[in-house]
Amino acid sequence: MLPAESASPKAPIVHIQGLRKSYGANEVLKGIDLQVQPGEVIAIIGKSGSGKSTLLRCINGLEVFQSGSLTVDSKPLLHDNPAAMRELRQHVGMIFQSFNLFPHLTVGKNVMLAPTLVKKKDAAAAAAQARQLLERVGLAEKFDAYADQLSGGQQQRVAIARALAMEPAVLLCDEITSALDPELVGEVLRVVESLAEEGMTLLMVTHEMSFARKVSDRVIFMHQGRVHEIGPPGELFGNPQTPELRQFLSSLHD
Amino acid sequence: MVDFSLWDIVRNLLLAARWTVSLSLIAFIGGGLVGLLLLMLRLTKRPLAEAFVGAYVQLFQGVPLLVQLFLAYYGLGLFGIDTSAWFAAGMGLTLYTSAFLTEIWRGCVGAIPRGQWEASQSLALNFGEQLRYVILPQAVRIAIPPTVGFLVQVIKGTALASVIGFMELTKVGKTIANATLNPFLVFSCVALIYFLLCFPISRYAKSLERKLHVAR
Repeated sequence: MLPAESASPKAPIVHIQGLRKSYGANEVLKGIDLQVQPGEVIAIIGKSGSGKSTLLRCINGLEVFQSGSLTVDSKPLLHDNPAAMRELRQHVGMIFQSFNLFPHLTVGKNVMLAPTLVKKKDAAAAAAQARQLLERVGLAEKFDAYADQLSGGQQQRVAIARALAMEPAVLLCDEITSALDPELVGEVLRVVESLAEEGMTLLMVTHEMSFARKVSDRVIFMHQGRVHEIGPPGELFGNPQTPELRQFLSSLHD
Repeated sequence: MVDFSLWDIVRNLLLAARWTVSLSLIAFIGGGLVGLLLLMLRLTKRPLAEAFVGAYVQLFQGVPLLVQLFLAYYGLGLFGIDTSAWFAAGMGLTLYTSAFLTEIWRGCVGAIPRGQWEASQSLALNFGEQLRYVILPQAVRIAIPPTVGFLVQVIKGTALASVIGFMELTKVGKTIANATLNPFLVFSCVALIYFLLCFPISRYAKSLERKLHVAR
């Protein structure tokens, strides 16, 4: 199931233990334990409000959690230590539902910004890297374009290139095709699939069940702030163990 | 009694308008710098800093500028500091302007979508880099029209400095009016000069608003 070169299962790249998160009195994550191996592709599914996006956003510190521990590449997540957060975020890329490209910068500058600032890459090296990454997502000719001149699918592919420019060990995808017109979903998913094939560790919250089934190594079904069911896609989709998952899956076919 | 020709009146008023313009520039530049500093403080989201800036803004927005100028002029004197009308007017208007500008700019920063903060944060940019390279360049676009518009308020606000003896346009107008016994003519000229200062700026702010609205 894992790529051959990946480390032994003893060294997870993402290690989450007893993670609890609440907004005021409302607890949205009620103790999450999860270990992700390098190169593993994980799809997180569940109803809205089940905590799946919140879990993803905890992994790069966009959300602060109240208890539990989380390490990426054995670096602990420490919210009130800016240096540690900066270090951790260089290992975790994130792609958002709403793309969030920087509208005042060209596509090329969007990709170059973080490597030049954070990794202190010189402009020429950063530009060369940006061109190569844009080529990889099929947008080499858009280097000098602005985000508002691109379609949603193109914007999302730029966002992927921008995240990859930091050479992350883990990539978080938060419903990255949900804001796209149906005919643009495919081009984005193909890029994600190629990343999976190349051994990138991926955690994705998705509503694209057939894609999750095809690409992921494990599927997590979240329900009411807990990991309700977890396993290989064939098992989860083919033989759901809990009534909640059965109900969720049948609701998708309506 | 000395005879004043219309030219005498206008010439003296125009000379006084220099000080109105100077005081406006001091208030605007000083207020802009202090306002920017306060904005940074507020954006750090440290509770103490936020409370301080909040109180500062409320204080200067909640007290008439006229009273602030009196306080600056007489208040500093109480502490044994020998204040000139220049210093008191410059300081009073700077503080007043900074309170309004920081509030205007906070609104502009607040108008930048949260996703821009989150995306730049995810890319490991620190707070300063986020502001410098992602948030402020976008916020400035939104901020220019209301900021230029507020400059008009500052120019008109300088008229209040006349009450502490600052010899700007209004104060000189009053003096000439007393001498010529023709206050209506004199203050008509004063009004015209204020209008000629403010009107082009208002028009400019409007055109900026239209231009930046169309632009990306």
